[in-house]
Amino acid sequence: MSVLVGRLGSGAIELLRILGHHAFFFAELIRACPAALRRPYLVVAQIHAIGNRSLIIIVASGMAVGFVLALQMYYALVTYGASESLGLIVNLSLTRELGPVVTALLFAGRAGTSLTAEIGLMKAGEQLAAMDMMAIDPKSRVLAPRFLGGIVSMPILAVLFSSVGILGAYVVAVLLIGVDAGNFWSIMQSGVDVKRDIGNGVIKSVVFGFICTFVALYQGYEADATPEGVANGTTRTVVIASLGVLISDFVLTALMFSTP
Amino acid sequence: MGKKSVETFVGIFVLLGMLGIVFLALKAANLGSFSAGETYAVTAYFDNIGALKVRAPVRSAGVTVGRVASIRLDPKLYQGVVQLDIQKDVQFPTDSSFRILTSGLLGDQYVGVEPGAQEKMLVGGDQTKQTQSAVVLESLISQFLFSKAADAGGTSPPAAASGAKK
Repeated sequence: MSVLVGRLGSGAIELLRILGHHAFFFAELIRACPAALRRPYLVVAQIHAIGNRSLIIIVASGMAVGFVLALQMYYALVTYGASESLGLIVNLSLTRELGPVVTALLFAGRAGTSLTAEIGLMKAGEQLAAMDMMAIDPKSRVLAPRFLGGIVSMPILAVLFSSVGILGAYVVAVLLIGVDAGNFWSIMQSGVDVKRDIGNGVIKSVVFGFICTFVALYQGYEADATPEGVANGTTRTVVIASLGVLISDFVLTALMFSTP
Repeated sequence: MGKKSVETFVGIFVLLGMLGIVFLALKAANLGSFSAGETYAVTAYFDNIGALKVRAPVRSAGVTVGRVASIRLDPKLYQGVVQLDIQKDVQFPTDSSFRILTSGLLGDQYVGVEPGAQEKMLVGGDQTKQTQSAVVLESLISQFLFSKAADAGGTSPPAAASGAKK
């Protein structure tokens, strides 16, 4: 019995230790951000590496999700004679939920892993230690530009995902199936609010970009300096970032869209 | 890759993002078409608001002229108080009647405005009780049963009526 209680206690202390470690890392990262902003080119180069390079997979997935959503919704809606509402349903589900969430999951897989692996290998090759020796703070030189780049890239990618998804739904619904184009757009426009739906979707994607990039950087920076350590860190990035995104999405949805 | 071309690509990326948000705001949502206009608030008291929702349209002759801003219950009168935001350039006489209607068979409910004949126009902050409640299916059915029972006449209409009319 006392062994069990002791194990519970050690688990709680361990959890607190990890949380505290994250918090310290976060505070140092934030403190390093102004220094990174003084060298804007570092941030721009990271937006290129994180954002531009993720563009193709995001656009392709957005298009596919738009196609599939439109097709499946059409089968369900046509039985109620409401196939014109298809655009509205696709738009709301993309801008409110799927756009930010799926983009964040892809982002964690595409950009988060590469950040973790890059920083983990930098650490394993003692490049970060070498920078420290040259009196260059690796946090403001390496971590902060990646952090800012991730936070900037993620909302742009999410917006593009939603836009391309809606265009994909338009292609399937209007061009292939033959839903009336005027109704498709006008029902969508009357049901979607800029601030409530699109604005909240952008806020969500900023939060997710924050979570994904932070987890990736932390896992890379704290990875064991071995090939195995880097591999574990990369795996943990995907798992923790995805779970964090899904859980925080539930919380954000409850806060933003609790009233109809 | 040179510094210049990286900057150009990032510029294109950010530009694409802006294009996306403009597309979402203008083509896929209602910015610019309605919400920008000035509105005035009219409060209408309904006996029963049915399934009316906040942000439901206010229509006159089928044209959307406003939105439902808020819905609450008056604790003294036990009536639904619906605040309507109507576009400033659309004026209705003070004796206009407000009805809760349904678009289509399964559609959403909206507020229909039937203009009256008065010279005076409704202004912001006005209240009106010239309303007609939403049709509730259950009461419609019980009315129908009640009139059927009354038509049948004879043996035991009171029992049938009291049974049907909860």
